[in-house]
Amino acid sequence: MQKTEATSKNLTFLQAITEGLAQEMERDKSIIVMGEDVRAWGGVFARFKGFRERFGDDRVIDTPISESGFLGAGVGAAATGLRPVVDLMFVDFFGVTGDQIINQAAKMKYMFGGKAKIPLVITTLIGGGVSAAAQHSQCLYSVFAHIPGIKCVVPSTPYDGKGLIVTALRQDDPVMFFEHKFLHSSVEGMVPSESYSIPFGVADIKREGSDVTIVGLARTVHQSLEAAAILEKEGISVEVVDPRTIVPIDEQAILNSVKKTGRLIVVDEDYPRCGMATDISALVAEKGFNYLDAPIRMVTSLNTPVPFSPVLEEAYLPSVERIVQAARATVSRR
Amino acid sequence: MSGSIVLQSREKQVAMLRKMLTIRRFEERVKKEFAETRVKGFVHLYIGEEAVAVGLCSNLQKDDYVTSTHRGHGHCIAKGVELRGMMAELYGKRTGTCKGKGGSMHIADVELGMLGANGIVGAGLPLAIGAALSSKYRKSGQVAVAFFSDGALNQGTFHESMNIASLWKLPVVFVCENNGFGEATPIRFHTSVKDPTIRASSYDMPGVRVDGMDVMAVSQAAAEAIARARRGDGPTLLVCDTYRYMGHFEGDEQKYRKKEETEEWKLKDPILKLKGLMTREGSISEKEYSEMDASILAEVEDAVTFADKSAWPAPNEVLEDVYTSI
Repeated sequence: MQKTEATSKNLTFLQAITEGLAQEMERDKSIIVMGEDVRAWGGVFARFKGFRERFGDDRVIDTPISESGFLGAGVGAAATGLRPVVDLMFVDFFGVTGDQIINQAAKMKYMFGGKAKIPLVITTLIGGGVSAAAQHSQCLYSVFAHIPGIKCVVPSTPYDGKGLIVTALRQDDPVMFFEHKFLHSSVEGMVPSESYSIPFGVADIKREGSDVTIVGLARTVHQSLEAAAILEKEGISVEVVDPRTIVPIDEQAILNSVKKTGRLIVVDEDYPRCGMATDISALVAEKGFNYLDAPIRMVTSLNTPVPFSPVLEEAYLPSVERIVQAARATVSRR
Repeated sequence: MSGSIVLQSREKQVAMLRKMLTIRRFEERVKKEFAETRVKGFVHLYIGEEAVAVGLCSNLQKDDYVTSTHRGHGHCIAKGVELRGMMAELYGKRTGTCKGKGGSMHIADVELGMLGANGIVGAGLPLAIGAALSSKYRKSGQVAVAFFSDGALNQGTFHESMNIASLWKLPVVFVCENNGFGEATPIRFHTSVKDPTIRASSYDMPGVRVDGMDVMAVSQAAAEAIARARRGDGPTLLVCDTYRYMGHFEGDEQKYRKKEETEEWKLKDPILKLKGLMTREGSISEKEYSEMDASILAEVEDAVTFADKSAWPAPNEVLEDVYTSI
């Protein structure tokens, strides 16, 4: 639940995350940030705007377009006493630097028998809805959730974004911080001016309900809330659960909600195969089967690359309408 | 280059000889332990290349950093990792350097600046520039050395890291151990240039080629490159021509090269070369060398005994060390 305090202010999703990062940089001099176009634009979508002036060139580092090189440098710097925040512009680009994340950052602590710390935060943009097409619209967080050793944060609100980036910067494991680009400026909310942290592995119940549980992530949390408002008028009470972090994931919160409602819909913008929708469905099938009054339903993107044309992309993405239909179908099995 | 060789102290020569011989004897024993199945997995031996690791690391401080390769035992020993822990690691015991979780390709000791052997070709270069960036930011004066083989010359990470290191003037030394083969493929079939040092010019840094079988020459070149890095003048590419006497991995039939080629390289053996020099200079006697060898063999034997007697990890230890906190 969002807190509003006297010292709160209205911020966009991106502004809230940026504020959390800047406040931590004021507090902890071992934090440096690296990314492409930091000098010219303050990074993609100006996420580090004003940082060079505020924190200096040696802490705000402009990199060449060499994702393996600078991301690996982030891993090496993290292993040797710094706390780097490396911006991987779009998650789609992990394809050119996968080794440094999957084989190096995620595994060093384990391979070295625990004798390494990799306090690295990788910020990256995910998601569709802006006609950015197949190489700039993927979610892919399930790829990283699949790999032991990396924590994965998928915030949906300004309040969560700020609190979770602060937590990411106060722990010692590599973190992928996934920001849905559609939410960056379209979502606003009241955010405390002071720094605060939200623990990883604690889901947030974004709306309480009794008939059906909808688990969403990032943008689909908002779509699920919209669907819940429509369904309420039809007499269907929806509970919306936002895990916020998928590694670690709050299994108990999901199970508790399904125990209460008896029905589960998982809404995920990532690809349908081997994704968070199947993962959360498997969790409930394995540990909460007896709570279920109806089959689990999944509302995901389609099993294709992300298309360009707005018409095709709309058909591809999960929508409020598809969530509403899924909820009606599951509740009809009373 | 020989004209500029600085006379090295006898102590340093003795120390380098001892390190090279330690690597040699340790690995000969690893070869045996592997053949007799007490050591499992993939084992890549460094025998023949000892002068490179030792020539470089003899010029490093304890807190300087190195990143290594899948052929990493030599770099570990040269940087000061204990033999007992290493052998126990190869055995898969809980007393191993990495508690039995890494094995041959992942031995690391971060406190000694040893940032890990690495199973991925070319992956250590970005890590090294990161360590150098960290050192530069912290103004600690530490230098990072990235060891890699000619096989890594054509990975993107080589080019990206060379460019970034030069652009940011990072205190790093790139050390190409040119053993002539990327796994089973001779360098003429995998690299577009005959002389890899040419690639340094693309990144506006010095490229130095050195006889990698001559530890004095390696040490001299390393001293210059490390001093340059430490005083803030940026990176150097050192190409050390060397040869691995063994196969790419233990069990490699080596059909891609002639036995005569290997035998020819053995005539340039780095240990015999330094021993010969020291004998001519009167700085070591045959008796002193034999005593050194005997004490190293005893040390290796002790490491094997330690590994053998050490406990296996408890099965539930598989779950430890994935995260610092959860």
